[in-house]
Amino acid sequence: MSDDAVKIPAGLSGVGGWLDDRFHGARGVRVLMRKVFPDHWSFMLGEIALWSFVILLLTGTWLALFFVPSMNPVVYHGSYVKLDGIRMSEAYQSTLNISFDVRGGLLIRQIHHWAADLFMVAIMAHMLRIFFTGAYRKPREVNWLIGIVLFTLGMLEGLFGYSLPDDQLSGAGLRITEGVAQGVPIVGTYIAYFLFGGPFPGNVIVPRMYIIHVLLIPGLILALVTAHLFIMFHQKHTQMPALGNTEKNVTGQPFWPYFLLKGQAWFFFIFGALAVLATFAQINPVWLYGPYTPLAISSASQPDFYMGILEGSLRMMPAWEINFLGHTISFSVAIPALLPLGIIFTGAALWPFFEQWATGDRSVHNINDRPRNAPARTGLGVAAVAFYGVLWAEGANDVIANALQIPLYTVTWISRVAIFALPIGGYFVTKRICLGLQRKDAELLTHGVEIGIIRQLPSGEFVEDARPLTDEERAVVEAKKVPAALPAPGEDDANGVPAPAARGMMGWARGVANRAFTETIEVGDGHGNGHGHGNGHGNGHGAVADAEHAAVGSGETGETGSHEEH
Amino acid sequence: MGNRVSSKIARRRHPVAGYAAIAGGLVVAGALYSALSVGGASASAPAQADTSIANGRTLFVQSCSSCHGLAAQGTSQAPSLIGAGGAAVDFQMSTGRMPAKELGAEQPRKPVEFTPQEIHDIANYIASLGGGPPIPGPSDVSTEGADTALGSELFSTNCAQCHGFAGAGGALTYGKNAPPLTASTPTQIYEAMLTGPEAMPAFGDGVITPQEKRDIIAYITATRNEPNPGGLSLGRTGTVTEGLLAWLGGLGFLVLIAMWLTARRKDHARPESAPESELSHHE
Amino acid sequence: MSDIEEPAAPRRVIGTPSPTPPAVDAHTEPAEPQFDAAPADPVHAKNAERLVAALFVLAFLAGCGFIAAYIGLEVGPVDAVLRSNLALGISLSVVLLALGTGSMIWVRHLTPNIEIEEERHDLNSAPADRAAFQREFAEGAAISQVTKRPLVRRTMLLATAPLALAPLVLLRDMGPLPGTSLRHTVWRKGLRAVTLGGNRPLRPADMTAPGSMITVIPEGYQDDEEALAKAGVILIKFAPGELHIPNNYDSGTLVSTMDWTINSTIVAYSKICTHVGCPVALYEETTHHILCPCHQSTFDAANGANVIFGPAARALPQLPLTLNADGYIVAASDFTQPVGPSYWERG
Repeated sequence: MSDDAVKIPAGLSGVGGWLDDRFHGARGVRVLMRKVFPDHWSFMLGEIALWSFVILLLTGTWLALFFVPSMNPVVYHGSYVKLDGIRMSEAYQSTLNISFDVRGGLLIRQIHHWAADLFMVAIMAHMLRIFFTGAYRKPREVNWLIGIVLFTLGMLEGLFGYSLPDDQLSGAGLRITEGVAQGVPIVGTYIAYFLFGGPFPGNVIVPRMYIIHVLLIPGLILALVTAHLFIMFHQKHTQMPALGNTEKNVTGQPFWPYFLLKGQAWFFFIFGALAVLATFAQINPVWLYGPYTPLAISSASQPDFYMGILEGSLRMMPAWEINFLGHTISFSVAIPALLPLGIIFTGAALWPFFEQWATGDRSVHNINDRPRNAPARTGLGVAAVAFYGVLWAEGANDVIANALQIPLYTVTWISRVAIFALPIGGYFVTKRICLGLQRKDAELLTHGVEIGIIRQLPSGEFVEDARPLTDEERAVVEAKKVPAALPAPGEDDANGVPAPAARGMMGWARGVANRAFTETIEVGDGHGNGHGHGNGHGNGHGAVADAEHAAVGSGETGETGSHEEH
Repeated sequence: MGNRVSSKIARRRHPVAGYAAIAGGLVVAGALYSALSVGGASASAPAQADTSIANGRTLFVQSCSSCHGLAAQGTSQAPSLIGAGGAAVDFQMSTGRMPAKELGAEQPRKPVEFTPQEIHDIANYIASLGGGPPIPGPSDVSTEGADTALGSELFSTNCAQCHGFAGAGGALTYGKNAPPLTASTPTQIYEAMLTGPEAMPAFGDGVITPQEKRDIIAYITATRNEPNPGGLSLGRTGTVTEGLLAWLGGLGFLVLIAMWLTARRKDHARPESAPESELSHHE
Repeated sequence: MSDIEEPAAPRRVIGTPSPTPPAVDAHTEPAEPQFDAAPADPVHAKNAERLVAALFVLAFLAGCGFIAAYIGLEVGPVDAVLRSNLALGISLSVVLLALGTGSMIWVRHLTPNIEIEEERHDLNSAPADRAAFQREFAEGAAISQVTKRPLVRRTMLLATAPLALAPLVLLRDMGPLPGTSLRHTVWRKGLRAVTLGGNRPLRPADMTAPGSMITVIPEGYQDDEEALAKAGVILIKFAPGELHIPNNYDSGTLVSTMDWTINSTIVAYSKICTHVGCPVALYEETTHHILCPCHQSTFDAANGANVIFGPAARALPQLPLTLNADGYIVAASDFTQPVGPSYWERG
C-alpha cells in the first residue's frame, strides 16, 4: 500500500520546510487537508456566487484599465458610426470604446455583466436553500446575517455598476433614484443634492459611483465573504439527513485532493457558463440605448432583475400623497421604496430568532431539515417567495402586457390583488403539501416502497408489491425532528398555574406560532399494520450494496406469505 | 347673260381636301392643347388621374364605405376620411391594416389585400375629397446622406417611449401596442410620422422637418439592419429577457452540472471510516 | 528573553532535507496510508485518463485559438466586432468547459471513491475555559481602572464624540443646499420654445394636424442638462373644442387654465413626471392620454393633465404659453408650481 504513496519532490518539501520554520503550519494545514466537505448539489450554489465574484474582480480590473469615469461631454468619433457626431459623456464614450475598439473588450464587458447577474442569482438561490433546509439555525445565525448584508451589498454594487456607462436606460434608473431620494421627508432634497452634487444630473454622480463600485463595496464584500467562509469552515458545513450522518459528525470526501479537484472543476464550469453566455447572448447593449439625456425614455425600461422588486413596487402602488403641516409627503414613493424590501430584509434577518422564540428550540443543528418536515417554515418561505415574485413580475408589467397581449392596467390590477392573495394562499397550500408529503413518508415506513409489480389475489383484489425501505432510505425518512410543543396559551400546569411563557399577548402569539411550527404527521414507529405489501420480512435490510437485489428477492420469496400477514 | 366666269376661277377641290382640313384642324388643336396644358409628363396625367380617382372611388365604395360611409364622411364605426390625405390611406392599406377585419383596440399589420395600383387609386380618391398630406415620393424618403446621430436623438426623444429604444415595440393602454418597426418600409415610416395613425401622434413637417424625418428613418433602418455583436439579441427589449436567461440558462445549466458533480458514483463508497482524526480538535 | 533560540544550524545545501524536527506528539503522528490510491477498475480508469487528457489537449488548442483570434481579428465596425467576439468567446468557452469537464471526469473516475468521517466538537468552550476567560477579563478591566474611574471613562467618550461625528460633517460639501431651486425652472416670459434636436422655434401653424405632439425646450439651453432635466415640455395640439382645461388652484396659486393655451388648441405640459421624474412622453392621440412608461402614471391631456391611473399623485404642471411679436410660441412665464417629483418643502 505504501507503494502508492507519492514521492514528494525535494524542492517542494524544501519550500514546505522553509515556510513551516516560520509559520508553524504543518498541523494546521494537515487539518485543512483532511477537512471533510459533505456532498450535495445544493451545497454548491454558494460557490457559484463565490466564483462569480472572483470573475467579477478579474474582469472588472481589466475593464477599469479602459473605462473613464467622467461625465465631461465629448463628441463621438469612434468606430460605431451610427452615433458619429453625438454629444455624450466620456464614460459612455469609453464604454463604446471598450465595446468596439478594444479587442476582447465586448467579451470581457459581457462576462462582467453576466457574472454580476449570476452572482445575484446564486445568492438568491443559495439563500433559499439555506432557508428551506433550516441551515441558518444555531450555530449559524451570524453567517445568515452576513449573507443578508452580502445580498444588499450585491444589489447596490450591481446598481452602481450598470449605471457607470451613463446610458439612456441606466440614466433613467438614476433619475428614478433621485426622485425617490428627493421625496424622503425632511432631508430628501438634501440627500438628492448631496448625492448628485446639485440638481440632477450634475457631473459627479458617475465618478462617485465609480469609486464606490470599484473600491468601497468590493472591499466590504471581500471582507464579509472571507468572514462568511471562515465561519462556515470553523463550524463545519451542515449535511443532509442520511445514514451515518449525525449531529456530531461530518461525512464526505477530504479536501485534499477531492474538494480541490471538484472546486477546480466547478470554477471552470462557472467561468465556462459565463463565457458561453457572453459569446452567444448579448447583454446591456449600451450602443442601442444611446447616451443619457434627461428628456428621452424608452418603453420597457427595467433595471437589472435584482432591482426589479423596487421597480414593481413603484408601479403597483396607487397614488397617495398627503400634506402634513404644510409639507408634502408622497406615500406613492415612500411606501414602495421602504416597505417591500423592508419587510423582506427585516423579516429574513429576524427569522432565525423568531423561529427560536416560536419553537423554543435552542439546540445546535448540523443536520439539514427536509423542507417537508418543517411545514410552517417552508410555507412561510413560499409566501415570501410569492411576495417577492409578484413585485418582481410587476416590474416587467409592460413587457408582460406586450408579450402576452394583456391590457396594461389589467396586469397592474392583477398584481395588486396577487400581492396579498398569492402569499397567503401560497402559505396554506404549501403547508398542506408538506403535511401530505409527511403522510406519504409515514406510509413508506409502514408499507414500504411500491416496486411496480401488481398481483391479483384469489379474492379478485389487486395489490401492488412493496419492498421495505433500505437502511439508507429509512434513515432519511426518519430524520425528522419536530420542535417540542410549548404550553398552549391558557394552559395550566399540574398545579393550576399558567406557564409563564404563555402569559399575555406575547405568550398568546408565541402559542399560536408554536402550534403552527409543531403541526406534523407522525412518521410512525416502523412496525406498521402491514396490509400485506410484503414488508417486515427482515431480509430486505441486508448489505447496502445489495438493496435492489434484496428487494426483488423479498418480492419473490415473500409472495406466498406476504398477503397473509395482517 | 351668258356663262360669265368670275375672276375667281372655280377650281375643282381635291378629293382629299376635306380630310386634310380636318387633319390640319386636329393638329392645330392638339398643338394648342399641348402648349396650354401643364407640365410635360403630366400632360396626360389629368386624364389618368381622373381614371385613378374614379377607380379609387369604385374600390372605396366596394371595400371601405361600409365602415367609412359612402362619401367617406365617417360612421359610428370609423372616422371620416375627408382631409385625411393620400399618405394616410397609403400607410393604412399598404401595411394591411385596412380594410379592418374586426373592430378592436387597434388595427394590426396583416397581409395586404390590394395591389399597389389599387391602393394608389384609393389614395388619390381620398385626396381628392379635400387636402391632407400626400404620399411621399422616393426622394422624400431617401436616407442618403442622412444624419443617423441626429436621427438617434430625435428617435429617443419622440419615438422610443412607445416603440422601444431599438424599435422592438411596446405596450400602450387598454390593449393597444406600439408595433415593432422591423417590417415598415421607409415610405411607411414617413407616412406614419406624418399622419399619426391610430394612437400615434402626428408629427407634421413643422415639428419634425422632412430632413429630420429622413434622419429618423435612417436611424431606424440602420438599427434594424445592424448585427448584434454580443450574440443573440434576446429581443432587444432590455433587462427582462437577460434576467430570465440568467436564471433559466445560467443557473439551470449549473444546477445540472452540480448534480452531475455530486452524483453518487457507480463504484459505491467503501463504508470504512478513518480512525478518529485527532487533528480535528486543533482548529 | 534570549534572542538566540537555537545554536547556529550547520550550513545545508539546498535540496537536502531539514534536520529532524523536535519530537512530535504521538497523537499527531501521520498514520499509515489507509486508502488504496489505485482506482478499482484499471481499464475504466485508463479510458477515463485518455478522455481527460484529450479534453485537456482540446483546451490547450482552444487556448491557442484564443490568442490567435485576438491577434488576428480586427475590431471596429459592428460585424468585425461580432466576428471577434464569437471567435474569442467560443475559444474561451471551449478552454473553460474542457478544463471543467476534464477535471470533473478526473475526480469522478480516476480517484478512488473514499468517504471519511470527521468529528464535530462542541463549539462552546468548556465551562472551565469560560470561567477562566471571565476571570481574566474582569482582572484586566480592574487593572485598567476603567470601571473604577468614571471620570476618565466619561471624558474619553466625550472626547471621541466629535471625532465620530467628523466624517458626517466632512460630507457637507458634497453638494450645494437645494434652497428654493426646486421651485423654479429656466422658463421665463418671452423665452422661445424650440424643438429638441432641431432647435427650431415654432409657430402655431407648424402644428397642423390635431393630435400633433412635439417635445420642446427653452431656446439656448440645449446643452444644459440640468436645465433640461426640469424644463422639458411637450406641446400638444387639439382640435378646436376638444381641450377643456379647468382653472385649478394649488394653495391659492393658479396652476392650470385655458388662458395659457394658444387659441385654445395648443397646450404645453411639463415632460417631467410628477411621480419620480421620468420623461412622461407617451402620448396616445386617440384617448389624449399621456402615459409615463416608467411606472404607468397616466394623465389626461385634455383635462389639465390630471392623473387618471398610476402612482403619480399630481397633475403635470402646465406651462403658460403665448405668442411673441413674430408669432412664435413663447412662455408667458415660468411654471407656477414646482415641476417633477414631490418633496418635503414643496408645501
